[in-house]
Amino acid sequence: MRIRRDRALSALILLPSVVAVGVFVYGFIGWTVYVAMSNWNSFVPDLSFAGLRNFADLFQTPRFQIDLGNTLAFTLTFLAGCLGIGLLLAVLLDRQIRGEAFFRNAFLFPMSISFIVGGTVWQWLLNPSTGVNLLLESAGLGVLKSPWYTEPRIAIYAVVIAALWQMSGFTMAMYLAGLRGISDELREAARVDGASDLQLYRHVIIPLLHPITLSAAIVLGHISLKIFDLVFAMTGSGPAFSTDVPGIFMFETTFRGNRFAEGAAISIIMLVMVAVVIIPYLIYSTRTEAEA
Amino acid sequence: MTERPRLAKTTLALLLAIAVLGLAPGTGLQAGAAKKLEIFSWWTAGGEADGLKAMFEVYKKRFPGVEIINATVAGGAGTDAKAVLKTRMLGGKPPDSFQVHGGAELVDTWVKTGFMESLAPLYKSEGWLNAFPKDLVDIVSHQGEQYSVPVNVHRGNVLWFNKKIFDENKLKAPATWDEFFKVAETLKGKGITPLSLGDKNKWEAAHLFEDILAAALGAEGYRGLWTGKTSWEGDGVKRALDTFARILNYVNRDHAAFVWDQAAQMLIDRKAAMNVMGDWAAGYFTAKGWKPNVDYGFAPAPGTAGLFVVVTDTFGLPKKAPNREQALAWLKVAGSKEGQEAFNPLKGSICGRTDCDPKKFDVYLQSSAVDFTKNALLPSEVHGSAAPEGFATIFNDILNLFVTNKDVKAAQAALQKACVANKMCK
Repeated sequence: MRIRRDRALSALILLPSVVAVGVFVYGFIGWTVYVAMSNWNSFVPDLSFAGLRNFADLFQTPRFQIDLGNTLAFTLTFLAGCLGIGLLLAVLLDRQIRGEAFFRNAFLFPMSISFIVGGTVWQWLLNPSTGVNLLLESAGLGVLKSPWYTEPRIAIYAVVIAALWQMSGFTMAMYLAGLRGISDELREAARVDGASDLQLYRHVIIPLLHPITLSAAIVLGHISLKIFDLVFAMTGSGPAFSTDVPGIFMFETTFRGNRFAEGAAISIIMLVMVAVVIIPYLIYSTRTEAEA
Repeated sequence: MTERPRLAKTTLALLLAIAVLGLAPGTGLQAGAAKKLEIFSWWTAGGEADGLKAMFEVYKKRFPGVEIINATVAGGAGTDAKAVLKTRMLGGKPPDSFQVHGGAELVDTWVKTGFMESLAPLYKSEGWLNAFPKDLVDIVSHQGEQYSVPVNVHRGNVLWFNKKIFDENKLKAPATWDEFFKVAETLKGKGITPLSLGDKNKWEAAHLFEDILAAALGAEGYRGLWTGKTSWEGDGVKRALDTFARILNYVNRDHAAFVWDQAAQMLIDRKAAMNVMGDWAAGYFTAKGWKPNVDYGFAPAPGTAGLFVVVTDTFGLPKKAPNREQALAWLKVAGSKEGQEAFNPLKGSICGRTDCDPKKFDVYLQSSAVDFTKNALLPSEVHGSAAPEGFATIFNDILNLFVTNKDVKAAQAALQKACVANKMCK
């Protein structure tokens, strides 16, 4: 009896959020799919069925092709960078250095700043004529000067730098928590077996951090696939769309160009991209949970 | 792994909170019995905001006791404001009156779709058909009825230059693009960037190209672009693109990092000698204490003497305006001599009306007002007058690609395709 009442109560408490999520998340996803397959490409709603034509048109648009390439380049470098820098910082901080709390907070702080603010600041910093180039020059390092985001070939990596600054602190915090969870006995055991520091990390600690790496990759991955605000504030579409991402294209197509169906189609493609990353993870985690 | 269910719940709660927050804005606006008037624009900074305030003062004097809600969304050329406006209009919560560029932006987006109320009775009762030039009234009309009131006129095709740099090097403002290249070579030889450009928001490059198009095609050919009479794949457009590609050799290399006002600032900072921009740049110079014919010089953009690319800000009346009466009163002020004389000197534009007192305006605006009555008036594409917004966004995209790859053939094919897709040509 007791259990049943508990169940009823928890179901009741969950109900509002289930309804809200049902309407505002899944309902709207359904609506967006519907619009994406309609002919609503002017300001007047026209919901007649267009099939997959909007999608076909999109994949033929040069700008969208560039966007997909940018998303791939951005996601790969951003993920690798964030995980690498995050792990490095966490390992350094884990060595019980003095002022650890200070550094931990300093590295974590950028995350508390909104992407819009971060993007604006990095727009100034990486501006070729007013930003870090001036610093480099006055430090006698003029050779390192770069056109940054004004050069189409490297522009997207300038945005990656800003994104790394903003998010690697978060990865560091996750890794730090993971490192603290690894018992000293394991480390000592490895040392007794004669493992060097490098071997210790390579064969004991990093493998034990795998679940953290996976969760961090999922969180960062879905951020980078959907990134909008940082890029919008920092570079916009960039020269020759070199920093354009599907989010910006979606915004302009929908709200500036009035092509609502095409905009919805871009959103759906973004959703699918994120789903491809998230769903295997969800399946994997429910499975391991069931085993445990 | 006991953390996970809790995480899921937190996520649910967060999603719910986001959903609720998303609904919150915009609901508390209609409350209260006092008379209100909500004016929507993208005039947030400098002379524009001051001009708008001056017009509000005129309104308050004539219609006391009305609370004016100044709803603004920042962003050059209204790119962000327009997106906000669309969601409000589609959501059935329009402002009482909103800023809109005359021409296609007004007619295609709002009039043909049935969102606007005709202002033909107002034009008659206020005698505006005689107060505004006919070409201008045509820009805000659809099937013989007027749908908005032009508050001001900006000129899109102006070449600005740093007068001191030009005097020091004994240069004259180039009248054609061929002359421009000679001047540019001289400047480049002296280590001065000839032309400043800031095209971070894309439209700035398109704006420059629009003026080149007008120069290459002339009034008749340029007008034909929007009706299908002039082909996008023809020689005229090819010549314009070739010229544009050549001009790009003389602009600052970091143009993708700047927006239009930073490009104007480069003239003040002596980092560049010339800039092609609409005459809102004059407003920017004035705000920075720069004087016409002393600090900066001006001329029609090369090759466009006798042509006047019109950018006109207008105000219209949405059908569902919550305070229709106050909105009509606002439109009367916006179209009146007093309202326009209060607004335009501060905004740095000339009146839409032809009877404004020239003494209230500076040297540049006086010369622009004279040209306005004499020149052929052309609609601006970039600023929404010439073509539907669907075309305008693609036009910006095509030119953004062109600035980097300079592929004339691809640009022409893409322009033609966009023209057909937007039903401007067959």
